[in-house]
Amino acid sequence: MITRAKSPRVIPGFGLSMGITLGFLGVIVLIPLASIVLTSSGLGIKGFFKVITGRRILAGIRVSFLCTFIAALINAVFGMTLAWVLVRYKFPFKRFVDGLIELPFALPTAVAGISLTAVYSSRSFIGMFFERVGINIAYTRIGITIALVFITIPFVVRTIQPVLEKLDPQYEEAAAILGAGRARIFFQIVFPEILPALLTGFGLAFARGLGEYGSVVFIAGNRPFQTEIAPLLIMNKLQQYDYQGATAIALVMLVASFGILLLINTVQIYYGKFIKG
Amino acid sequence: MALKNEDGSITRALLITASLLFLFIMLILPLCIVLYIALRSGWETYKNTVTDFYTLKALQLTLSSTLVAVVVNTLFGLFAAWAITKFSFRGKKFLTTMIDVPFAISPVIAGLIFILTFGRIGWAHEWLDSYNINIVFAVPGIILAVIFVTFPFVARELIPVLNAQGSDEEEAAALMGANGFVIFFRVTLPNIKWALLYGVILCTARAMGEFGAVSVLSGHLRGKTNTLPLHVEILYNEYKYSQAFAVSSILVIMAVIILIARNIVEYKGKKELGL
Repeated sequence: MITRAKSPRVIPGFGLSMGITLGFLGVIVLIPLASIVLTSSGLGIKGFFKVITGRRILAGIRVSFLCTFIAALINAVFGMTLAWVLVRYKFPFKRFVDGLIELPFALPTAVAGISLTAVYSSRSFIGMFFERVGINIAYTRIGITIALVFITIPFVVRTIQPVLEKLDPQYEEAAAILGAGRARIFFQIVFPEILPALLTGFGLAFARGLGEYGSVVFIAGNRPFQTEIAPLLIMNKLQQYDYQGATAIALVMLVASFGILLLINTVQIYYGKFIKG
Repeated sequence: MALKNEDGSITRALLITASLLFLFIMLILPLCIVLYIALRSGWETYKNTVTDFYTLKALQLTLSSTLVAVVVNTLFGLFAAWAITKFSFRGKKFLTTMIDVPFAISPVIAGLIFILTFGRIGWAHEWLDSYNINIVFAVPGIILAVIFVTFPFVARELIPVLNAQGSDEEEAAALMGANGFVIFFRVTLPNIKWALLYGVILCTARAMGEFGAVSVLSGHLRGKTNTLPLHVEILYNEYKYSQAFAVSSILVIMAVIILIARNIVEYKGKKELGL
């Protein structure tokens, strides 16, 4: 230990690897990102609030948050179920099902968008069924939510799965021997263990869904005040060459995503300390 | 106990059915409908669309921008992971967080920041213009966008693996006089090859399908700055549904190949760890 403390850099390449890392990070991420701050400072605080308190903008931001929140919630339920089924049960084609979870990640979002629209539009079998019941899916907020559910499926499943795999079954066995029912075992023993992973997965899904554009624009219908999402509002401003307006909306979205990431980190640190005691 | 077992088997069946139904409706059905609509107007139309000049041009741009992004991000990922895991320095946590930033940013905003930097109103525009370099609404912009959105992928996969392995082997090699490249290729690389491959696959998947960021920066010039996902959008908005889905089917096939590769790599990586 003493020798290591005296010469911490036995391994060569610190200067080179650090230089390349910082160089790439600067050119590709940090410098372009700084342009947002530069442009919005040209807008001023008054101008910034004038843009983002516009009725259409506020409506878009509301739709984005609402639909993403519901989608993340749906995925929290199904993600937990899927993780449980994949870890605890054996059934035919399990490996295939497990491999399928990443499909939303591998499938280009534009393809996901147009195929979901085709599945849920009133011309298809499923769309017709729901229309008869009185529910329109495509070109409504339900459609937006479905697209966001599709896109964020992997997040909750893949964060809970490893935790469930590592969970020692002996606590559950002990509880069962002591006479606890299945539901009680799940909610009092398993659920607290997977809660941090669930919150992390929920947060990741929420952050991803909030920024999602490609899969949503096709199924949304994009009617102002109704089914316009925040990323589309940025796109519209850009097409009108209103760069400052676009930047103002982008700034709101950026603050929201960073806030979510900060929350995820806090959750992990809190539970990390909690578990260590 | 009898109650417990009975309850268990019913919940079991219920949960499995719910999961499979959910995946069928959300994942399988959209995939099937792509192929169904693509082939609805007949094989001839499908073949003509897929081998169309603009489709092939778009495919070419998608493949080449993906390749550049993967090469750049693999190089970056290797150096970044090396710097972060083999040395101790101040601000390491901050640097790791910064690398993850592109993951948290909406693709549309990713496109926007390059317009604000290199576009007509960007501060770097005049300087680039004097060298006759066009980034926005041109191929370099598309490549930059794809690099940006896939920036963390390789580094993210490598850092935890390298952290878990520690640097004892590398230190021993260095003390015995091996230089950096020998250490990397002989000692480190064999340990991280599956994680590296995994990162490359994820990077490829995201790069070939990127839509939002590329859409902002492309300018949608057919045959010039059109990638396959953008081509799908154009055809779709022209109400050429069969063609749009035919082009989509190329991307579906690519996605399925990536998915299979991902599973093979994950399986082999786990198997090697188990041995």
